[in-house]
Parts: sequence; C-alpha cells; structure tokens
Amino acid sequence: MFRHIEQEAPTKRRGGLHKAGRPGFVWALPAIVSFALFALLPLAFAVYLSFTKYNGIRLVPPEWVGLDNWARVVTDTALHKSVGITLLLVLCAVITQIPLALLLGVWAAGPQRGRSFVAALYFIPLLMSTAAVAVLWASLVDPNFGIPALFTPLLGPDNAFSNILGKPASAFGLVVLIYLWGATPLYMLIFQGAARAIPEMLYQAAAIDGAGTIRQFFSITIPQLRNTIITCTILIVVGTFTTFDLILILTRGGPSGATSILPFFMYDRGITALDFGYGCVIAVILIILASIVSIGMVRVTGYDKMQGTQEGI
Amino acid sequence: MRARTNWPAGVFAGIWLLLILIPVYVMVRASLESRATYSANGPLGLPREFTLENYVYAFQQGFGLYLLNSAIVAIGTVLIIVVVVPPLAFAVVRGESGWVRWVFRIMLFGLAIPAQVVVIPVFYLIDRIGLYDSLLGVIIPSAVFLIPLTTLILSGSMREVGNDLYEAMALDGASAFRTFRTLVLPLSRGGLATILVFSALNAWNNYLLPLVLTRSQDIRVATLSLGIFKQEYSLNIPGLMAAIVMTIIPILLVYIFARRSLVRGLMGVGGK
Repeated sequence: MFRHIEQEAPTKRRGGLHKAGRPGFVWALPAIVSFALFALLPLAFAVYLSFTKYNGIRLVPPEWVGLDNWARVVTDTALHKSVGITLLLVLCAVITQIPLALLLGVWAAGPQRGRSFVAALYFIPLLMSTAAVAVLWASLVDPNFGIPALFTPLLGPDNAFSNILGKPASAFGLVVLIYLWGATPLYMLIFQGAARAIPEMLYQAAAIDGAGTIRQFFSITIPQLRNTIITCTILIVVGTFTTFDLILILTRGGPSGATSILPFFMYDRGITALDFGYGCVIAVILIILASIVSIGMVRVTGYDKMQGTQEGI
Repeated sequence: MRARTNWPAGVFAGIWLLLILIPVYVMVRASLESRATYSANGPLGLPREFTLENYVYAFQQGFGLYLLNSAIVAIGTVLIIVVVVPPLAFAVVRGESGWVRWVFRIMLFGLAIPAQVVVIPVFYLIDRIGLYDSLLGVIIPSAVFLIPLTTLILSGSMREVGNDLYEAMALDGASAFRTFRTLVLPLSRGGLATILVFSALNAWNNYLLPLVLTRSQDIRVATLSLGIFKQEYSLNIPGLMAAIVMTIIPILLVYIFARRSLVRGLMGVGGK
C-alpha cells in the first residue's frame, strides 16, 4: 500500500561515517514491543479463541472445542448473508465515494479564492465521530420528528420516506448515503492534496493541443491521480470493514439483517450473545477478507511495482 | 493551476455543499430551541428561539463527566504515541541496519487490520492483565493500533530533513540522541503536530473499544453515551442534538488550532 517507504534504500555507506549519529534498533523497541503485545498477540489470540468455547467471563476460561465453531460457518446462513451484505456495502461505498471525492477534491484544488472556504465547510463531517453522525441522521430520518414527517401532508401517511429504516432496501441505501456523507470529506482532502501536486505544464500542454476541460480531466487528472485513487480505495475497503458504530446505533443490523455487515454481525453473535469463540471465527474471516481484497487490489492494479505517476515527465 | 472552471465538478460541489449543510443546520438550530418549539417548527424551520436548556439538560445527564473521560482517553493515547512513535520513525528513516525497516513493513500490513476487528481477543488480553473496565485498558489498544499509520506519516516528514544536515551532524560526531533532539524533532514539527491531532481525534471518536472494554458508568466516554442517549431519549431531539454538538466542540477547537498541520498531513497520505 504505502510502498514509498521502501524506496528509501539504505544510504550509501561511506567510510567510518555511516554509523555515526544513526539510531540503533533500541530506538524502535518500545513501539515494536507494544505493537507486538497489544496488536499482534490479539491476532494470534483471535485464531486460538476461534477453536474454543468462550463466553467472556473471567472465571470460565476458554475451553478447546476443536473445529466446532468453524463447522458452523458452513451452515450459518445469516453469516453468508452478512458476508454478501458486507461486500455489497464495500462495492457501493467505493463506487459512490471515489467519484464524488475525486470530483470535489479536484474542484477544491482549483485556484479560485472562495473554494478554500467551501472546502473548509466540506470538512464539517470529519469533526463528528461516527457515533455523532449516526445519532444525527437517525434523528433526521425519524418518521415522527425528522424530515420524513414533512412529506406526510403531501404524500399521505404511508409514503416512500415514512419508514426508511423499516424496509431492507431503503435502510441499506441510507447506510450507503450516511457513510458517503461522513467519509467523503477525508478522501476529498486527500485528492485535493494530490491534485495540487499535478504539474501545471501538463495542462498547459494539453490546452495547446486543444483539449477541453473534460478531456483534460480524463486524460491528465485521472491518470495522474491513479495511485491516490488506489490508496483511497483501499482505505475505503478497510474502513467499510469497520463501519460498526453506524450500524449499531442506526439500524442494529436490521431490518431482518439487511444492514448486518460483518463487524456488526461479529458483535451481535460474538459479544452480545456471549459466544466469543464464534465471534473470533467471524473476526478471522473478516481479517482474511480484508487482506485478500487489499492485496488483490494492489496486485491487480500493479500498485506494488509502484511506478510513480510522474515518471518520464 | 488551470484557470478554467471544471463545471461538472462545480455542479456537484454546490449540491454536495447543501447536503453537508442541511443536517448541520438542523443539528445546531434544534439544539438551541425547546422541545415544544422544535415540534412546532419541524426539522427544517427557521430559527425562532434561543435557549441553552438542552445543554444544561445534557450536563445534568452526566455529559460533562463523559466528555472528561473522552478527553482522558484522547490525551493518554497521544502521550503513548508521542513517546513511542518518533523514535520508531527516526529508526525507520535513519536506522543503522535494515532491520527496523523490515519490521516496520510487517507493521504496515497491520493497517488492514483495525482494532475493531480484533476487539474480542483484545478484550481477552485486557481482561487477563486486569485492565478491564479501566480507562487505561481503552487507552493502550487505542494507541497501539495507531502506531503504523502515525509512524508512516511522521517518517514521511522526517525524510524531508536534508541528507547534508544529517551528515553535518555526523561530522560533528553527534550521537543519535543529539541528532534526534537538535535536528530531527525541530525539523519534523509539522509531522509531529499531524500525528498528535490525528491520534487524538481517533481516540476521541472510538466507540467499539470502550463499548467492549468498559462497563461502569463513571468511566463512560462521550461517543458511547451518545449511543445510549439515543436509545433512552430518542424522542428528545433537541437534547440529543445538544449532546452531539457538545462532542463536536472540543474537536472543533483542536481543528481551529491545528487545521494546517492536520490538513497537510492528511493530504500527504495519497502518495505521488
């Protein structure tokens, strides 16, 4: 993903100078040890616990049950549905957030003075926690006190807006919209920064060749932002795999499992139902899924070879 | 930059601005009027009243304490990050062996695995070491899962320190520590500010970790209480909105003071 780190080959060693003033391994130890203890160890625990019956109560230690939890994966149709919904949400999130963030980011990168002010307004959702966004939108779409109530006099008591969270399709659509609302500003900002780095002469050359704005956008801006698009896509994929608070507060996975994405499913089945062993099975599935999608994307797009988009300019 | 306007983007920009501002307008206005006025006024009405009673009400429900707990979590997370990340980033950028870079590459893989996903084993670990239901038990995992990304951001800004400066320090016979203190830290202040703000925001916004790792009401954090508020008082929309605004104000203050470094740091994430 962030390959440019590795581009920094160890600087050429020169005589006796090469070690002077360079930090040894000890410098990295505090971070590495704490990361190993509290991030890698839990990862190993997740695998271990997935083979146990564990209800999260200290007095009852995990009990080894072999493949019992994993066998349930095959028959648990709710889990299959949850995987499908998660992948669908990832897809919807990418195809809504990337184009919008790209357009807004490129637009905000423009020179007009008003734009930086407008860009600051776009930033507002980033000031809100997901919990705050979820509570705000839950109130906005409340059938009695929210915006849908305004439509009742016009469209009658039982219209398309009256029970958004009560119908599977509209509830899922709303989750996509809210996620778009809350997450786009971040990606917009990233695109804005990247768009500013595109050399101006490329546009000048294109203008001399007679290319219009739209042609320039597709022939220069998008190819130049290719790596940024990939980075943002990966961030969206990983972010979607953790959109937990929004679901918990807004829909609790409903109606009838229509918004029960894997992180929520894990919470619901594992933690709420005190079935921590099975919860860890879902966690492991989630980790594998997120890794496959991320690595797959890096491979497919050739991002791991990390050709700079400005090579040869 | 191009002088010509990009009209499709301009149209989107306008529509999107409305979509951003309408919910924000509803939130701020509703939080400043009584329940009766809000019921009569509807969500999209014009401002008719100014009262702080909803904020007083939220405080009476214990929101001050929840905000304080969130602040403790955020500050604790930042402290851990500040202690462990700059030395790691320095070692990644200037380390004498390739070891650190190699280990860091493995850590970067952890970017794909956010804390939320491994919340059950984290709970198991925190419970085993006796930190369940304590703020420290929330702070440690919150901080640790931020290490890869913050190190990435900070090492980027440390890399901008010119090589000749490092060599000048080496010629002077400066130790690694002196180089770090007198050269690297002052010159990477921007990146440092970015990761401070970034990790504070992240810790402040955390939901699942405190939900699973704490139980007592007296150490409840603000995000968690928003969710609980919504369940208990879903009919009191002005009260809910006031509670939301109260969770935003601290972030807004941080944002106003640190906007430049935060925005610049996030912009840099995209890569070239």
